[in-house]
Amino acid sequence: MVDLSVRVGALTLKNPVMPASGCFSHEFGQVFDLGRLGALVTKSVTPKLRKGNPIPRVAEVSQGMLNSIGIPSKGIDHYVRETVPLFAAHSSPLVASVSADTVAEFAQATAALSVPGVAVIEANISCPNLEADGHAFAMLPDTTYAAVSAIKRATPLPVWAKLTPNTGDIKAIALAAERAGADALVVANTILGMTIDVNSFRPTLGNVMGGLSGPAIKPIALRLVFQCAEVVSIPIIGCGGIARGEDVVEFMLAGATAVQVGTASFVHADAMIRILEELQAFCEARGIGRVADLVHRARVEHEPIEW
Amino acid sequence: MTVAQPPAAPTGFPVGNAPCVVRANRAVNDRYRHLVLEAPPPLCRATPGQFFHLLCPPFVDNEPYLRRPMSVYRVAPEEQAIEFLYNVVGAGTRSLARLVAGDTMSVMGPLGTGFTIEPAYRHILMVARGVGLATMAPVVPWACRRGIRVTAILSARSPQDLMEREFAQREDIRVHPVFDQDGTSAVGRVEALLRGILDADRPDAMFTCGSNRLMTLLQRLGTEYGVYGEIALEQQMACGLGVCLCCVRPIRVGGEIEHQRVCCEGPVFDLQQVAGTWRHG
Repeated sequence: MVDLSVRVGALTLKNPVMPASGCFSHEFGQVFDLGRLGALVTKSVTPKLRKGNPIPRVAEVSQGMLNSIGIPSKGIDHYVRETVPLFAAHSSPLVASVSADTVAEFAQATAALSVPGVAVIEANISCPNLEADGHAFAMLPDTTYAAVSAIKRATPLPVWAKLTPNTGDIKAIALAAERAGADALVVANTILGMTIDVNSFRPTLGNVMGGLSGPAIKPIALRLVFQCAEVVSIPIIGCGGIARGEDVVEFMLAGATAVQVGTASFVHADAMIRILEELQAFCEARGIGRVADLVHRARVEHEPIEW
Repeated sequence: MTVAQPPAAPTGFPVGNAPCVVRANRAVNDRYRHLVLEAPPPLCRATPGQFFHLLCPPFVDNEPYLRRPMSVYRVAPEEQAIEFLYNVVGAGTRSLARLVAGDTMSVMGPLGTGFTIEPAYRHILMVARGVGLATMAPVVPWACRRGIRVTAILSARSPQDLMEREFAQREDIRVHPVFDQDGTSAVGRVEALLRGILDADRPDAMFTCGSNRLMTLLQRLGTEYGVYGEIALEQQMACGLGVCLCCVRPIRVGGEIEHQRVCCEGPVFDLQQVAGTWRHG
């Protein structure tokens, strides 16, 4: 019997597999038992009401997809009133992802989300910062620090900071988030990309550019996790292209304590359950008694030359 | 209005997700193909207008990644079969076209909200264009078995493309075919045809799928004649379950425009609530 539990800061999860924000909602309960997941992470909510981006919102690419859904949001009150109770019956902790346009709005929204039923605040600082020409907070260490520290002050709950892969210096961002008090890092979000339809000469997505996800980005996400794990001591939750149990093993070896699964659930609605079963089977086959023993155990025999 | 409800799922999970064996996959004409899958009972509960999310298998030179939503053409629980009519247009359907009897593919469903067919209806009018015909075909036996008369206008490029037999499925219905080839499918000509039907033998409801131009025409005539209508919309999807929010369309609800999900609130919507014609993904 494999012990699948992992500790993310003060929180113990029954297993390391949870959904990625934006790729999960209660509708998956029509296909599998949500209580089997390590945690339940909901799509980002924003204090402002938002309609989301124009269609087409999705484009298929080789081994992945681009999306420009935006963050359609019915606001924080609606989330607390309607969404939180949907998950009350499940034993897995609810992780509320929050996004906002300014530091002050982030803090207000976080305070309003810190209600019974919510176990963790995931700060989606990968979204555009209106106070910095629309650059995502997590593009730069200073804005990362400002957002995460304000969010930390606004809540007694653990705060996970979700970083963007679009920054040029992930280690500096990870350190800034840790210094600001983040309890864990989620590494990472989608990678900015685009496609053009060669028949119409038009960008395929209604919003021109969008976030690339799926197995196509897995090596990049894995590298980001590895780099963050070199510099921070807080737990890292790996995210990017995970579709199989062995992908989880890879992320854990690189330094992740837990993982998030996104796009794979759009292809197989029950992907997280299959991944969990494959992870368990891998550990059984290798005689690994505790999945947590995989964390940061990649055998790196030579320090990589810095890029 | 009550939506026809399928019986409760035996598995405890309302949406089935299972490998299905291909029984047949043959060309109907130069454009369309007919796929017959052997499906376990939870998948055979689909009602007219619902769809399945198909994992089109990868080939070396053609590797679709996401599933493809496809409205079901025929559901036959007694034969443990679900059937589809499709046109080869992209990576997903190219891959489907290569399936042969005995192959297996992953199928999730039934999904979405189908057509509302009130048992009290006596006469319904169906207006289908192109492959929209496949989406609407399951309504025909459903209605005929309940003693509801069906009049249909089927629009296609040419007589060779029209799948009149596939649509009628041996039921006794009245079909008016119209074609691009001879100009009978032009909006003005179809409007005259529709007015003739609406004046002489007013239907209790109208159903449509497959054309923005026909949708606009039916919205106008539906308002003028006071006839309720429904439309099945198409939209690109990722998850098919309402999670990803990719497949939204603008829908009028109480004077406001809302983005509603084609996979959940649809694919069938109240004809008058669909706001604007959006370019298909």
